[in-house]
Amino acid sequence: MSTGIGAPVKRKEDKRFTTGKGNYTDDIRKENQAYAAFVRSPHAHAKVKGIDASAALAMDGVIEVLDGHQLTGDGIGNIICGWAVNSKDGSPMNMGAWSALATEKVRYVGDAVAVVIAETQALARIAAEAVEVDYEILPVIAHVMNAMADGAPQIHENAPGNQIYDWELGDEAATDAGLASAAHITSIDLTNNRLSPNPMEPRSAIATYDDAEEHYTLYTTSQNPHVARLVLSAFYNVAPENKLRVIAPDVGGGFGAKIYIYPEEITCLWASMKTNRSVKWTSDRAEAFITDAHGRDHVTTAKMGFDANNKIVGFKVDTVANLGAYMSLFSSSVPTYLYAPLLSGQYDIQNIHCNVRTYYTNTVPVDAYRGAGRPEATYLVERMMETAARELGMDPAELRRINFIQSFPHQTPVLMAYDAGDFPKILDMAQGSADVAGFAARKAEAATRGKLRGLGYSTFIEACGLAPSKAAGSLGAGVGLWESAEVRVNPVGSIEILTGSHSHGQGHETTFAQIVADRFDIPIEGVSIVHGDTDKVQFGMGTYGSRSAPVGMSAVVKAMDKVEAKVKKIAAHTLEASEDDIVIEGGQVKVAGTDKAMAWHEVGLAAYIAHNLPDGMEPGLKETAFFDPVNFSFPSGAFICEVEVDPDTGEVEIIQFTSADDFGTIINPLIVEGQVHGGVTQGIGQAMLEQVIYDDDGQLLTGSYMDYTMPRAADVPSYNVSHHEGSPSPNNPLGVKGCGEAGAIGSPPAVINAITDAIGNNDLAMPATPQAVWRALQAAKPVAAE
Amino acid sequence: MYPVKYHKATSIADATAALSGGEDATLLAGGQTLLATMKQHLADPSDLVDIRSIDGMNGVTVAGDVLTIGAATTHADVAENADVQKLCPALADLASHIGDPAVRNVGTIGGSIANNDPAADYPAAMLALSATIVTNTREIAADDYFEGLFDTALEDGEIITAVKVTSPSKAAYAKFAQQASLFALVGVFVADGAGGIRVAVTGAGEDGVFRQSDMEAALASGWSDTALDGVTASEDGIMSDLHGSADYRAHLIKVMAKRAVAAA
Repeated sequence: MSTGIGAPVKRKEDKRFTTGKGNYTDDIRKENQAYAAFVRSPHAHAKVKGIDASAALAMDGVIEVLDGHQLTGDGIGNIICGWAVNSKDGSPMNMGAWSALATEKVRYVGDAVAVVIAETQALARIAAEAVEVDYEILPVIAHVMNAMADGAPQIHENAPGNQIYDWELGDEAATDAGLASAAHITSIDLTNNRLSPNPMEPRSAIATYDDAEEHYTLYTTSQNPHVARLVLSAFYNVAPENKLRVIAPDVGGGFGAKIYIYPEEITCLWASMKTNRSVKWTSDRAEAFITDAHGRDHVTTAKMGFDANNKIVGFKVDTVANLGAYMSLFSSSVPTYLYAPLLSGQYDIQNIHCNVRTYYTNTVPVDAYRGAGRPEATYLVERMMETAARELGMDPAELRRINFIQSFPHQTPVLMAYDAGDFPKILDMAQGSADVAGFAARKAEAATRGKLRGLGYSTFIEACGLAPSKAAGSLGAGVGLWESAEVRVNPVGSIEILTGSHSHGQGHETTFAQIVADRFDIPIEGVSIVHGDTDKVQFGMGTYGSRSAPVGMSAVVKAMDKVEAKVKKIAAHTLEASEDDIVIEGGQVKVAGTDKAMAWHEVGLAAYIAHNLPDGMEPGLKETAFFDPVNFSFPSGAFICEVEVDPDTGEVEIIQFTSADDFGTIINPLIVEGQVHGGVTQGIGQAMLEQVIYDDDGQLLTGSYMDYTMPRAADVPSYNVSHHEGSPSPNNPLGVKGCGEAGAIGSPPAVINAITDAIGNNDLAMPATPQAVWRALQAAKPVAAE
Repeated sequence: MYPVKYHKATSIADATAALSGGEDATLLAGGQTLLATMKQHLADPSDLVDIRSIDGMNGVTVAGDVLTIGAATTHADVAENADVQKLCPALADLASHIGDPAVRNVGTIGGSIANNDPAADYPAAMLALSATIVTNTREIAADDYFEGLFDTALEDGEIITAVKVTSPSKAAYAKFAQQASLFALVGVFVADGAGGIRVAVTGAGEDGVFRQSDMEAALASGWSDTALDGVTASEDGIMSDLHGSADYRAHLIKVMAKRAVAAA
């Protein structure tokens, strides 16, 4: 069986994962290992007036108790947000100080004020409870719409009114003019519910300080170990980069939450130096709920105008976003540059304006979570389209069709230049496989059983392949978003790929090997992937934003181009032929049309033995490349959800969920389907089950799986998945677009549109719990055209 | 978890001695609530006295139409027991829908009843079936046993050893699960059995499990789901929390009661 591009190769890494042989951070044991437990604020907002650690320090087995004054006194820097977003008046964002251990004030329940280092984990936790902190409780902002009120408590001194920035994108006057010309305007108010990421593996870190070498090693649950090292070194002053090794070993899911550098990793590194012990910290699930960056949390009002032919003439959006108590690493970019540029969706809209105001609240910091800004945009656009179609008395698919962008490239009014796609085609595919034509009969049959059947669409686009470095820089990013790769052909012909991408569930050890096996026509077993260790791999930017295929693999391809050129030179020299006549196939490097050939491994050997290389050629066969994309990639999809609602209870069953995705070229359909299944399941979780809830005092009410509902297998249907490969990305060598987030981005509006169709009431918020659906049903009245 | 001493009791006397010997000793059956609470540092017993290995605490025996279920019998064993399935299939069905498979294979009937969580399933069955709670010192009628939220008639040191259930002529349980925990948001157990026609509701009451007497009266005039059409469950005394407000729960009581009656 082929193991090249397009082959459904089973994941190479799964044997170790499914047999308990994975090596996760918490599995790592160091000699002389001690354990950290954090003393966390039980209050959402309070002054720290004093810390008394004497009782904890008196416990047998407690090594040290350290606080924020010691941390800052040692020169450890504040945690930063790495993306500068300016307000529309040109003023910079108001970034409040965030120390890994709070000194003067705590700003959310869970904010760390001290750390206990002890001989056992259990003891460290008990001792942490014995640390007495004297708090002066302050008034709390638990919900973002309260942050802007007159007289609201001030969370950071440098953010008047708790506002971080007031940002806009698009031409407001032109959009107002478009709306003024409209024959029909649809208005909606939406909340995008706040989510907790819940990777299966909680965060963990183990830091070791070598006092002889003044060198640190950090094993941690990171999606981007080089970025972690850069930030730890350049901003937090832990150590120079050459004195700090960061290793992200097997990582059990990230979903964005493991992009950021958190207080715990910084503190473990610093504490390892202070105590001269290896210091380990592993979050438990309760700690994860109050420390892992949350996602979403937008409140939006929007208007879309249509002309007499039902073409969109203007789209105006006003969004308030909650960034929590502090600005996490990429928090500023999520409700701005990852959000508003997607508001054109799949539609030809000439006039769009988006205003986004962000605020501090006394809640866990909010940052990117699977999709990051794009689910929020898609939810808004796709609920808008469905609602408008109902108001206009149109088939929602038809309203979409007449507004679809038909030709490429297409410049939207919100920065993006779409490069390729075929929106009518994927909608046709989805409608066919969902049997939309048979829906009316199915609805009638369901009615005989007392059930309300509904069907909802979501036709969406996302921007992946983050990102062209120059463009990202011009928009405020503190880093470039290229990727690196090294292709190392060993003397025996086997190949190691060193990539700056990081796999934490995506299956890179399989897919990256496939593109190499495909290119050099060698067995996939001969290709290994090395990633996640700053001592082994050249600097790279890591994995998030569905970038590993479009950016990471593209760097591998560029490096393979260089290897291939050298291989051909060596073979041409050895076989006394022209380079142009050399072909690589079937494990051989051949002179086309002759029987002259070298085995693949003989070329590798020749390169390293170097007895007979062309004049001037360096020995060895190893090439490095950096790939900086020239554009985003634009995966798109058409999702159709069909539900049945039990009117007695409000319970919703998803009968069928159909996806037709355009991911460009597909490397491994098995893995792509898995990504779609996982992403759609997370989207269904957001649409029907998941919500972080704080009470008015800023206490987290959904702090465990007893109250925070994760999707279970029984909550989702067997998915109906198909792919369109006819519109590959023109901007990377493989034509790939990225598939990691599409399911989570596209699915929530499809689910809600289906439920609102079933119950005849558009006024339904996520999560559509049985109670919420039942209540909407009680209030249901026919949706009338304006 | 705080440090704790573990005792594996071999007899009731052994368990009683260990209970009274510890500073703050507590019984351990399946531990599906207790251990999770201890892990979160919300409980700090000095000693755990594990009663699961005591002779007679496990399994089901039958005498005539009376089932005696050992207190340490797991939910999975109750669900799969042929005698329970024959004499009280509604109880087997209830047990088969508690929590998830991991919980069902460790959690016990005695532990559930001793804890008396207001959203647990078994209390509704015990009350509707007019069951008897057997302890090391006495027998307690279910009517006298459940006293409020996590509160029962058990005295300090008293150990549930079994429950006795008389086979009903009709019974069924309908549960609407709280989505996160899978506990009952509302669960209604209906029975025509030893205590007459009964409708017991769990998950909804501010004081825990309770009998819905107007529904019982309606069913007494004819066992059919339509007999409940004219009955409205009151919101008085019904719990409101982030998973369901009182009006929704009250509504569900009727929906679940009708489904249970139809299924019985």
